[in-house]
Amino acid sequence: MFEPALSVLLQTQVPNVHEFRITNIFKPLASPAAAERTAAYLVLAITAVIFVVVAGLICYTIVRFRRRPGDNELQEPPQVYGSNQIEAAWTVIPILIVFVLIGVSARVIAAIQNASPPPQSVKILLVGHQWWWEVRYPDYGLVTANEIHVPVSSDGKHATYLQLTSADVIHSFWVPQLAGKTDLIPNRINYTWIDPRQPGVYVGNCAEYCGTQHANMLLRVIAESSEEFNAWMSAQRKPANNSDTQLSAAQTVFGSLSCVNCHMIRGTSAIGAFGPDLTHLMSRQTLGAGVLVNNTENLRAWVNDPQIPKPGCLMPSMKLTGPELNQVISYLQSLK
Amino acid sequence: MAAIDYPLQRPKAEPGEFSFSETLYKWVATVDHKRLGLMYVASALIFLIVAGIMATVMRVQLMFPNGHVVGPDTFNRLFTMHGTSMVFLVGMPMVAGFANYLVPLMIGARDMAFPRLNSFGFWIFLLGGLLLYYSYLGGGGLSGDGSAPDVGWFAYAPLTERGFSRGHSSDYWALGVLVSGFGSIASAINVIATTFCMRCPGMTLKRMPMFVWVMLIDSWLIVVALPPLSAAQVMLLLDRYLGANFFNTQNGGSAVLWQHYFWIFGHPEVYILIFPAFAILSEVIPIFSRKPLFGRPAMVAAVVAIGFISLGVWAHHMFAVGMTSWSNTFFAASSMLVGIPTGIKIFNWTATMYGGRLRFTTALLFCCGFLFQFLLAGLTGIMLAVAPFDWQLHDSYFVVAHFHFTLVGGLVFGLFAGMYYWFPKAIGKMLDETLGKWHFWLFCIGFNLTFIPLHFAGMLGMPRRIYTYAPGRGWELWNFVATIGVFFQIAGILFFIYNVLRSTLRGQPATDDPWDGWTLEWATSSPPPEYNFEKLPVVRSSRPLWDLKHPQDPDWKWE
Repeated sequence: MFEPALSVLLQTQVPNVHEFRITNIFKPLASPAAAERTAAYLVLAITAVIFVVVAGLICYTIVRFRRRPGDNELQEPPQVYGSNQIEAAWTVIPILIVFVLIGVSARVIAAIQNASPPPQSVKILLVGHQWWWEVRYPDYGLVTANEIHVPVSSDGKHATYLQLTSADVIHSFWVPQLAGKTDLIPNRINYTWIDPRQPGVYVGNCAEYCGTQHANMLLRVIAESSEEFNAWMSAQRKPANNSDTQLSAAQTVFGSLSCVNCHMIRGTSAIGAFGPDLTHLMSRQTLGAGVLVNNTENLRAWVNDPQIPKPGCLMPSMKLTGPELNQVISYLQSLK
Repeated sequence: MAAIDYPLQRPKAEPGEFSFSETLYKWVATVDHKRLGLMYVASALIFLIVAGIMATVMRVQLMFPNGHVVGPDTFNRLFTMHGTSMVFLVGMPMVAGFANYLVPLMIGARDMAFPRLNSFGFWIFLLGGLLLYYSYLGGGGLSGDGSAPDVGWFAYAPLTERGFSRGHSSDYWALGVLVSGFGSIASAINVIATTFCMRCPGMTLKRMPMFVWVMLIDSWLIVVALPPLSAAQVMLLLDRYLGANFFNTQNGGSAVLWQHYFWIFGHPEVYILIFPAFAILSEVIPIFSRKPLFGRPAMVAAVVAIGFISLGVWAHHMFAVGMTSWSNTFFAASSMLVGIPTGIKIFNWTATMYGGRLRFTTALLFCCGFLFQFLLAGLTGIMLAVAPFDWQLHDSYFVVAHFHFTLVGGLVFGLFAGMYYWFPKAIGKMLDETLGKWHFWLFCIGFNLTFIPLHFAGMLGMPRRIYTYAPGRGWELWNFVATIGVFFQIAGILFFIYNVLRSTLRGQPATDDPWDGWTLEWATSSPPPEYNFEKLPVVRSSRPLWDLKHPQDPDWKWE
């Protein structure tokens, strides 16, 4: 009910692509999340029954044995010290329930963790940074950021396998409708996999506190058909388009600024590795790891002072002059 | 023949008036377990209010999407200080405070085994707390980087290493917690020695009050579980100042190692925190049901079992760090096992009330609130123990809701029950029951209004520790309701503070035994004299005052 008044900042609906913004863990759209939901439903059912029975007993006891005005205050109720049979009963029944739950957990854990990648699966190396995601496709030699494109796996046979690690502190990969969490830990490689069943944009968050801008370390998984994925991949693998002579002045300005120390734009002198690769910046839906929709106005606001939309982020305000800012924006907008 | 030999003339509290400085000196220099106990509880209450205000600011920030009440740095410091304070400066001193005040009285001793160690424990705990809060002033260091710690209460490496935590904030966090941990260990050793060596004649372990039993196990857990944390804090300081690189991943250290150290302390810690509530319920429920605790041996066995199992479940906090499927299965299984003895406890408390004649004082109301809320907390705990479910719930608001249900819905409700029950003994005045009921209902409604919705926010994918969130993800309603609940809780706490102040100053004087109790603390005056008992009592059962009051049907006949 507060949405209309407050949802000014983020209207990230992309035409023709369904965006799954309500990240309900009970509406899974990939195998790991679906297996987790199955286990969850079973646990919820069992615990709901336990809650109703035990809470009912407590309620009954409270109502039935409350002190009433007519009670004889001097008469103590019968002093009952315990009963071994009753103790045995309420020890054995929980033990049986626990064994069922252990069995279910073991099966689902093995099903998710011990799945082996099919030969045609896409492999991704996801590297966490404060506070953005570096997405590497080693088989394709591609590096991008914050938005993970994967082929849709409507038959369940085109899973994407992710190797997870971190460049600085611990982060955690969590796209609730695709898979539960797996941490990105420095000096360590973790694994997880996803097989989105429907095309669309799946929203996720970093789920391990990682410093100042943990809240705005958002993640998008974009699942698309094999053809679309391949088309996207071949477009992304091309270096930046530098042929436009009208932009050579803008490119020169950009190259003269310290942007190039942190950002990579393939095919130019910008070979920084600290920040996200910008080679095809305009093909992305968001800026600043999901904090702003990628449009001219927001791009300008971001480059002018990233500390306003994302205070504390590691990109400083570059204090560009007006003309410099115009040149940089027009150059960045050419990075399609 | 009388079942018990008591001093029939109760000792009178010493008369005389003291100037302010004399009074101050008497409190500061005291080694009396009762004064130290009260000082522990009082300082814990002050930290509770401070940390509660921090929680309020956070909830106001999250009430609406894109909140701008505080910035990210301030918010991150708030949740770090809130969590650290609540665990180390509220929960732990409450354990020590209740144990200090009540254990010697309940076992018929004149003081703790080591009174001066006791005093040391309190003051070093307070020093630790002040060190932690001094970080707001000194955390910046010479370079001016940082203020209070902003690394979360479990301070995962490598976020605490020099590369990511400049200034001194993480140093204050490590030192404050380390130092206050010394206090907790000292107090735990003292409780163990006291219960083993200072029991009055006739009080065998079998006859020891349930409260003392639980506090004994609690103290063992503290002695076993806190040193790994202290070790980890020292290792962290070595990393930060001497380049030890235990946890410094930039130089080949292990981030997961810190998590193992932390949680091998951290999981027993949550049982350390909840045990005092178990201890209080096991005394309050029987008195207001007018029945002995149902299944006493099973209750002792359950506490011992929880203590042992809790040492083998720590990695259920780490299901997402990429352990093997075998490890995940092992820790899922061991975590679920805790549910069995915990269930036994809830069943036995209910069975104690069953067939009794329940007198709904404020203390018993808080116990009933505990039973429902702790039941829910236990069941959400089972959900979190199922590792595949936990992969979704871990580090989400569901976890926040779960552990607030255990620690507020459980521990804090238990502590309030204990305060309403023992306040007459400690202060000599009754707490007002009408104000108490306002306190209970407002706090109970507010608590549930705050924390039930947060379960749903978590299941909709809301991660914890985010200072803001965008609209449109289905979290708005739950966060809004949660914040409304906070205001009810604040109203409840205000009633409590008013009640304590008003009753202390001009409350109805308490008799020595206002609740018709059965344990030894009700056999001395309210408040008890410094030496507790003029003549040490001799007991013959676990309910010595029952024996005295019912000579025709004493408990010892049934032993």
